[in-house]
Amino acid sequence: MTLAIRVGMLLVLILSSASVAGQSRDVYQFDSREQEQRFQTLTAELRCPKCQNQNIADSNAPISKDMREAVHRMMLDGASDEEITNALVSRFGEFVRYKPEVDRRTIMLWATPALVVFIGIVIVAVTVRRSGRAKTDADTLTDAERDRASKLLNDGDKNDHSS
Amino acid sequence: MKRLFMFLPVVLVVVLGVVLFAGIGKDPTRLESALIGKPLPPFSLEALREPDRLLSPELFRGQVSLLNVWATWCPACRDEHDDLLWLAQEKGVRIVGLNYKDSREEALKWLTTLGDPYAINVYDPRGSLGFDLGVYGAPETYFIDAEGIVRYRHVGVVNEKVWNEKFQPLMEQYGESS
Repeated sequence: MTLAIRVGMLLVLILSSASVAGQSRDVYQFDSREQEQRFQTLTAELRCPKCQNQNIADSNAPISKDMREAVHRMMLDGASDEEITNALVSRFGEFVRYKPEVDRRTIMLWATPALVVFIGIVIVAVTVRRSGRAKTDADTLTDAERDRASKLLNDGDKNDHSS
Repeated sequence: MKRLFMFLPVVLVVVLGVVLFAGIGKDPTRLESALIGKPLPPFSLEALREPDRLLSPELFRGQVSLLNVWATWCPACRDEHDDLLWLAQEKGVRIVGLNYKDSREEALKWLTTLGDPYAINVYDPRGSLGFDLGVYGAPETYFIDAEGIVRYRHVGVVNEKVWNEKFQPLMEQYGESS
């Protein structure tokens, strides 16, 4: 195979894959640049109920396409992000929110990280204080300990090694 | 006090174990419907067999029904079809079909060749009612009480086991009162 043919085949491959990738993305028209930005942000924060670990912006599931279209339609109708999210939550449930609202059911979810950090800080603080105190305690020997130490140092060959 | 602290890791592990154990066996792909306890969303769609006839949620007033979301492109719908026939014929369950994002021609052919378990079918080619119901994967089956209130949703195939475990108790709870 000559080089020209190889390059040609490579080009065909690259171009065809690009066209396939292009087909899976639908094109949405927006009134303004900010609106498009809002669409991108919102679809990235909504979760696909079918594929579960993808947002609806990335997912190719038919339901995600429907949801993207609904978001787009509502946005053009002038709905706020809040209204759009609520409309989808009322159909598909809280599951579609990647950022759940703070309420009684989700409070643990929101509070746990802060709580864990707080507990961590307390543990570190207590440990540091304790080790600090232990150090000063260890530095000063009582008279009895001093006597015993000098005894050990002076004739330590036969006295008790166990302590 | 110190001794108690020594047991802290054990306690933590046990608590974590209980929490994680509770999650075992739960299928995370089965979501509870957001419509439980709420009336069916309003709709006005053609009947599958009679294009001139418009159907609305009134369809569900007066008796308990199952609303089964199906399509000819859905392989699992084929799997549950015989069980739906069994439910309709042996158990006398009223099953309303929601033909979801399908073509009328294909759907009618399906019902002719495989048998028709449905009392009536709502034709939803664009999936608008499906979207309002929060359908995210056919087949899905909703339990609708005589007031037209959604009581339960099952995602996936309905078979004898699912019927006995999930739908039969609901039938006893809501079916007799009407």
